[in-house]
Amino acid sequence: MMRILLVGNPNVGKSALFSRITGTHIIASNYPGTTVGFTKGFLKLGEDQVQVIDVPGTYTLEPISKAEEVAVEMLKDGDLVIDVVDATNLERNLNLTLQLLKRQIPVIVALNMWDDTHHRGININVGKLEELLGVPVAPTVAVTGQGIKGLIGRLPEAKVPKTTYSGSDERWARIGDIVKQVQSLSHHHHTWYEHLEDASNDHIGGIFIALLVLSASFWFIRFVGEGIISYIAEPLFEWLWTPLLMKLSLVLDSGGFWHNILIGKLINGQIDYSQSFGLLSTGFYIPLGAVLPYIVSFYLVLGMLEDVGYLPRLAILMDTLMHKLGLHGYAIIPTILGFGCNVPGIMATRILESRKERFIAATLISIGIPCAALQAMIIGLVGQHGGQYVAMVYGSLFVSWLIIGFILNHAVRGFSPEILVEIPPYRLPLLRIIAEKLWLRVHGFIKEALPVVLGTVLVINILYAMGIFNSIANVAAPVLTNLLGLPKETIVALVVGFLRKDVAIGMLAPLALTAKQLVVSATVLAMFFPCAATFVILARELGARDTLKAAGIMIAAALTMGGLQNLIL
Amino acid sequence: MAMYPGEQIPLRQMNIGQTGTVIRILGGRGLMLRLEALDIRPGKKVTKISSTFLRGPVTLRVDNTQVAVGFGMANKIIVKIDQFLPGNFAGR
Ligand SMILES: Nc1nc2c(ncn2[C@@H]2O[C@H](COP(=O)(O)OP(=O)(O)OP(=O)(O)O)[C@@H](O)[C@H]2O)c(=O)[nH]1
Ligand SMILES: [Mg+2]
Repeated sequence: MMRILLVGNPNVGKSALFSRITGTHIIASNYPGTTVGFTKGFLKLGEDQVQVIDVPGTYTLEPISKAEEVAVEMLKDGDLVIDVVDATNLERNLNLTLQLLKRQIPVIVALNMWDDTHHRGININVGKLEELLGVPVAPTVAVTGQGIKGLIGRLPEAKVPKTTYSGSDERWARIGDIVKQVQSLSHHHHTWYEHLEDASNDHIGGIFIALLVLSASFWFIRFVGEGIISYIAEPLFEWLWTPLLMKLSLVLDSGGFWHNILIGKLINGQIDYSQSFGLLSTGFYIPLGAVLPYIVSFYLVLGMLEDVGYLPRLAILMDTLMHKLGLHGYAIIPTILGFGCNVPGIMATRILESRKERFIAATLISIGIPCAALQAMIIGLVGQHGGQYVAMVYGSLFVSWLIIGFILNHAVRGFSPEILVEIPPYRLPLLRIIAEKLWLRVHGFIKEALPVVLGTVLVINILYAMGIFNSIANVAAPVLTNLLGLPKETIVALVVGFLRKDVAIGMLAPLALTAKQLVVSATVLAMFFPCAATFVILARELGARDTLKAAGIMIAAALTMGGLQNLIL
Repeated sequence: MAMYPGEQIPLRQMNIGQTGTVIRILGGRGLMLRLEALDIRPGKKVTKISSTFLRGPVTLRVDNTQVAVGFGMANKIIVKIDQFLPGNFAGR
């Protein structure tokens, strides 16, 4: 099957174009480095089905980061390249174009962000550009779909032109020549968001805006999350699901094997979603009733921050601090993604250049960054005793993150380069794009997390029935009680934490722990080991040796922090 | 600290709002290539937009793009000042 590659500089709209062309939606965000792996999709071209592949962005064919390596590697197996060019940055983008034209692979240029050229007073003579490059050029607006038909219609015209230049000096001279012939600039007025760009560059203004943005985000996530829980999730469970389950309970004679598996224990003759622990009761309630509302609110806010283009600006403000941890400011982006789910967070560490940075960033995410599912449960359970206890958990995680990063910076060999990154313009995202992206992530959560949660609850019930937890509990008792001050039953939650952390926190609910014990156990659970899905990704990204190292650090850090909390609180 | 037209200084020392032409890049080929990828190379005009406290990154504008470069790198990019704009009165 023919393979079409989408190649171009970072943040020019390759992924947005991919979603449009193939109908397979993938994440596109307004910062360079969104895509770190490749995605395949299909397109019907006349009679034939062809494969379309979205590739990470790269500035040149001499890769610097791991994500760029992926891009250049892909080029070897393509049959045709759609070179996606940001029309508002013609010169820099043509550098890659000219490099592509020297490869023996047919090229067609998509002149994307065409809508932005008007706002910015940039006029490009498309016909002339086509003539000078020797390949077809089609203007496109990936977010609205404008020009896509034209692009696809001209795919068969893609060709390998005769391009002769030697060395980069000659290449730049050629580019300068082309730009001079095809582009003219007219005056344009500053838009209000260009003024905002200036304000967030000023560093006092920048800090002020960052504090405002972060606290507003936090408040909004909680407000929307709690709103969905109290006005949608809880009523649905209470008025719809509970009566159904109670009927089922009667059918199952209120007890017995199947009743235990499906519905779990009845508490005073009633279903208690935090204690029953059946597949259909707690197994559904944790992911859909407690966690999903926070997934929705978190990804709604993240999607807006991403598409507005705020994250790279935050990265610059954080740069000095991150250098103390052996990272540079851009590492804040994988970290923020980690607050949603550690898996994409750790994948995104590919945008960092050195091995040392990737190891530190991935380890720190696994230890100190609680995912949205875990956070929702911590807020739900620990928060019952008061906000100060939730703050203690977050504070402990933050301190661990800082200290471990500081130690790793000195202990891990290798180098940590400085930040060098393009800052995209602020953009006002289309509501439809925000909604599509939110749906993509919520759907991903339901599809991937729900089965694992149900499986975990099932395993718990089986292990209970077999009495296995009792024997583990007795073995682990000395560490738990002496070091952490927790009852030995909490081992059950720790064991389950290997699979899913939200369920693990859920298992603390029936144990009647004190507020202090909840703080200790939630912190240890967050830190001691990544969940199974994260562990798999960690092993894939870091390799077996480094993953073992990271795991050792996690366990040591969790026990140290838990022990300290037990002493101090 | 006012810079005069024609003076050659590291990018880091430029005033905010000042424009200059990149003359050369100190340091190895690796750094040259990384900067060249972002269209920062000898002969390009760059405008400094901001700097960050505590030896943080310096932001500059190259054509239509803003680029943040680390403090150390900003010290290795030597520019020739184009126009005279006294210190903090520099326009944006
Ligand atoms: N105004 C406008 N915005 C666009 C257009 N195409 C994409 N965008 C937006 O530009 C941003 C970058 O798009 P992506 O598709 O993530 O870019 P990419 O090339 O895949 O980026 P990387 O994966 O980081 O290399 C997103 O916020 C898009 O919504 C366009 O034609 N016009
Ligand atoms: Mg992409």
